[in-house]
Amino acid sequence: MNATLRHAAWVLRGNPVTLLAGLGTFVLLLLALIGPALLAYDPVASNVPMALQPPSAAHWFGTDQLGRDVFSRVIAATRLDLAIAASAVALSFAFGAMIGAFCGYIGGRLDRWVGRFVDVLMAFPLFVLAMALVAALGNRVENIIYATAIINLPFYIRFARAEVNVRRNLGWVEAARCSGHGPVGVVMRFLLPNILPAMAVQVSLNLGWAILNAAGLSFLGLGVRPPTPEWGIMVAEGARFITSGKWWLVVCPGAALMFAVLCFNLLGDGLRDILDPRLRT
Amino acid sequence: MPALLRRAGWRLFGSLPALFGVVVFTFLLMRVLPGDPAIFFASGPNAGEAEIQAIREQMGLDRPIPEQLVRYLGDIGRGRLGRSMGTGQPVVTDLVNRLPASLELTLTALLLALSCALPLGIVAALAPNSAVDHGVRLLCTLGVCVPTFVSGLLLIYAFYYLLGLAPDPTGRIDIFASQPPRVTGFLLIDSALAGDWEAWRAAATQLVLPATTMALFVLAPLARMTRAAMLAVLTSDFIRTGDALGLSRRRVVLVYALRNALLPVITIMGIVFSTMLGANVLVEKVFSWPGVASYALDALLASDYAPVQGFVLLMAAIFVLVNLVVDLLYGLADPRVSME
Repeated sequence: MNATLRHAAWVLRGNPVTLLAGLGTFVLLLLALIGPALLAYDPVASNVPMALQPPSAAHWFGTDQLGRDVFSRVIAATRLDLAIAASAVALSFAFGAMIGAFCGYIGGRLDRWVGRFVDVLMAFPLFVLAMALVAALGNRVENIIYATAIINLPFYIRFARAEVNVRRNLGWVEAARCSGHGPVGVVMRFLLPNILPAMAVQVSLNLGWAILNAAGLSFLGLGVRPPTPEWGIMVAEGARFITSGKWWLVVCPGAALMFAVLCFNLLGDGLRDILDPRLRT
Repeated sequence: MPALLRRAGWRLFGSLPALFGVVVFTFLLMRVLPGDPAIFFASGPNAGEAEIQAIREQMGLDRPIPEQLVRYLGDIGRGRLGRSMGTGQPVVTDLVNRLPASLELTLTALLLALSCALPLGIVAALAPNSAVDHGVRLLCTLGVCVPTFVSGLLLIYAFYYLLGLAPDPTGRIDIFASQPPRVTGFLLIDSALAGDWEAWRAAATQLVLPATTMALFVLAPLARMTRAAMLAVLTSDFIRTGDALGLSRRRVVLVYALRNALLPVITIMGIVFSTMLGANVLVEKVFSWPGVASYALDALLASDYAPVQGFVLLMAAIFVLVNLVVDLLYGLADPRVSME
């Protein structure tokens, strides 16, 4: 453990970008937790006389078509956006890792059927599949989470399956089997913890993608309803005013979105360097 | 050539199970969709209860699910995907009318992305850790972080509002320009066939911004993969041999190295295309592009499910075809693959 920490410190010293990404992620999490309490304006209160003001000292990111403070809305949206992405990734991680691990360990018929199911999911363009799922399940926020989780599922299943498959006949797995653990025990107590670090990298890389996906769906008008502050829907509302030059309505929530995705992606790359320096590109 | 054909046939056969799965999946999707499928096929939104009941029986919606699935397969085979309530047309007609717009956009974007990503990746790989390499890496890192809908709107702001270079960002062609007679549905090809260069210019200028938006999004994975593959190939023995034999650097890099480096790039083309079909939805919405995706989206928001189902089916079918083409290209680029 100590060696891992020392390796992590060594990698971080040579790689300040990962450190910055970690800091950025920390700021995002902080904003998601306590951001709404810090705001000077109510993110949903309209103030029509102040509509469409450019950024100023009073309104750092300007105001939107109803006079709402864009800065407050961008900050308030952090919690919802991160929550959607995190729950979606957590769901697909939990189910994907479990299903994939059992497929890789047990193999046989289970493996074949799950493999077919994954093939069918992968035969759809994934964003289109997410749209269709939201349509089928109903146009609500929790269904954005389920849809994003389902389109992420194939990657986790395949990843966990491959990782378990190369380990299933190693000595320590053999030893676990011999000491009387059934398949469930071997997978849950030995194999899953062993592949966890590698999966953590996937999770971090995947979070950015999940945020883009969820924001894309709500940009299209799926899931989140208009008064709610959310980055995707804010860009969609601002899109109507871009041809009349009201850039801050698109740029501010768009920049927040980019910042979040950038942090998660860079953090994921950094984690991968720490865990497996060979994969560095 | 017969080997290639046999391979194509074999691969098409191999993709049948996935295609069948896709059809079953959309069938199930339609069954759990809120709303009654019988209403899709009714004469209009104001159809009476008696008429809907008659259609329900006629469609066999009172039959067991497996029988319904067989009927559904039959319907797809005969190209019956229902009727759109929004346009009042059969869904197949609407999709056929609008597909060229989407394909023109996607293919232009793909060409644009490839023609930027390959040189960038090669240049970065030729001088690893140089300023150029870092520049390309920065571009790639930022490229995957910018959502297509944001970059599209920013391009509109810069090129339409600030610079005034781009035309009004709505639709495929200026409404005052004359539409060329429809042959292929691809405006660039149709207007060129008609010799109407005014219309060609109008269509091309409308196409530039949305195609650029989409190309930016897929530039990163393509350039990254090109760089990584070129780096790996450039260190191999046959490159050193080529250099030692006194071949020109250009010939070694562009002929011997690039051909080998293209394999991984072709492999990720399938994933890239899948991303593009998804990004297409967002780009069509931003630029009011009259393609299949915006058609499906309008229908989806109006709870008109037959077009959505047809669209999903079409996208999956295109994706299966694209994977087939990718596979064949792979065989062409690396003859060892087709020997197996």
